[in-house]
Amino acid sequence: MPSESIVVTKIHPATSVRRQRLTFARPRLRALISFVALLALWQAGSTSAAWSGHGWPIISLVPAPSVVLTAWAALLTNPGYWQSWGLSFTRVALGFFAAVLVGVPFGLLLIINRTWRSIAFPVFELLRPIPPLAWVPASIIFWPTQELSIDFVIFLGAFYTIVLNTLGGGDEIDQRLIQAARSMGGSRWNIFRRLILPSVLPSIGTGMQVGIGITWEVVVAAEMISGGGSGGDSASGGGLGFFLWSSYIGGSYPDIIVGMISIVIAGYLSSAAMRFLVARATPWARGH
Amino acid sequence: MSILAPSRGALRIDNAVKYYGEGSARTLAVDHCTLDIRPGEICMIVGPSGCGKTTLLNAVAGFHGLDDGSIHLDNKMLCGPGQPQAAVGPDRIVVFQNGALFPWMTNLDNIAFGPVAQKRLRRAEARDKAAQLMRDAGLAGHEFAYPGEISSGLRRRVEIVRALMNDPTVLLLDEPYRALDALTKSVMHEALLETYYRTGITIFFITHDLEEAIFLGHRVVIMTARPCKPKKIIEVDIPHPRDYTILTSKRFRELLAEADAGVHDEALKSFALGEREG
Repeated sequence: MPSESIVVTKIHPATSVRRQRLTFARPRLRALISFVALLALWQAGSTSAAWSGHGWPIISLVPAPSVVLTAWAALLTNPGYWQSWGLSFTRVALGFFAAVLVGVPFGLLLIINRTWRSIAFPVFELLRPIPPLAWVPASIIFWPTQELSIDFVIFLGAFYTIVLNTLGGGDEIDQRLIQAARSMGGSRWNIFRRLILPSVLPSIGTGMQVGIGITWEVVVAAEMISGGGSGGDSASGGGLGFFLWSSYIGGSYPDIIVGMISIVIAGYLSSAAMRFLVARATPWARGH
Repeated sequence: MSILAPSRGALRIDNAVKYYGEGSARTLAVDHCTLDIRPGEICMIVGPSGCGKTTLLNAVAGFHGLDDGSIHLDNKMLCGPGQPQAAVGPDRIVVFQNGALFPWMTNLDNIAFGPVAQKRLRRAEARDKAAQLMRDAGLAGHEFAYPGEISSGLRRRVEIVRALMNDPTVLLLDEPYRALDALTKSVMHEALLETYYRTGITIFFITHDLEEAIFLGHRVVIMTARPCKPKKIIEVDIPHPRDYTILTSKRFRELLAEADAGVHDEALKSFALGEREG
């Protein structure tokens, strides 16, 4: 190490590059180390009954990573498992896009029309504190199919967040921009389309990113409660939430962990897709 | 219609009165302010913070009305008896203190906005003209950048070009260079003068900066602390075209001292009133 630091002081440009690499690499290295440590601890804890004579509390009841991996490998060739992925993704997509389709215009209308705002916003605020999952029983009663009732609950999960964020973006519109556009002869429609809409777009994007995260929380719980919907005929094929629940009912603990990890991956993929979309839609915001 | 027409851009403000607030909180912001700006004049308005200069500018732009008095542009009444608030229009374009470029449009599209919105030009034509104006103003190469990607000095220049694209009769500048550092500011001043020499447009320019006022203006109007009305008008008898060398001239220093004496009392009054910087 000392010899390295001498080099560092001698060659300046190289130093900064090297330092930069180090500062970039270190957090990642630390993340990797803690991840490996977690796996090691998990493996040690799960198998503690075998190697230390007595099982550690809680963790010794959790299937070891190696066991989970084996179970997962078996599931990869199980079409039911992939059907669950497909079903959950379809539900999230349907509910989420319905929320965008309804929530964004609803929010925009709240921004541009004070009359509409005074009519609709109090009702919105009244219904908003009801957790989406509290809608499950009512939803099952008033929607004709179970599938629709799940979609509806997911819709609610994203809807409130998208509306609130859209509205929040509206409050931040710079009035001078509106004045400038009016001076230059912008019509109401022109100002809406070329000023208000793009001005609110980043907030809509934030709402969508937060919203898609909530949809995954909701879909899992909704699938557990409602019994998997149309795919509920097979234990593994009723959606990831249902898969998780039926793994518990069927007593296959490794599958529970596989289900949990699958949901993490699914949630991450959706969030990443959303981040990508938002960045593409708001190119002026890069680097801010 | 040539934008060099010398007969264009006479802005007359007669006995303008503007109150703010309601009931007991009602305060007089502009008090019987009369100002006659000649066609093609650069008229610098100087006054302490919160004195109501911007109120006056907003009334000319049509962002709010007057409680009394009138404003005429080239003998056409903008506001006055029977019409308390002027209609906004592309003949009076404001360049704001912190800039009001649209962040989501490229510089070129910002500049092309006006004529397209007014349906005077098709988008492609407007873009061609905008590119031409950017080249004229030395802004070539920044066409497809977003305003957030260029320096604040360049942003101000883009905004002035955007204003000129509307072929306005008068430019209303509300402390456009306030946030810039001194060096950038002097570059901006020369760029603005250069634009002025090309277009001969009337400029109504609000500032705190006395050097800026004297360097650019034909006249410097010193306003009283609230309520706002002209206290003193200084004719800047340094001939145009000007460049930075006049900054060290004797006459410039004399005028600066004269303006400073006029402003100082008002600044003290404004300070005593506890006005927020606006």
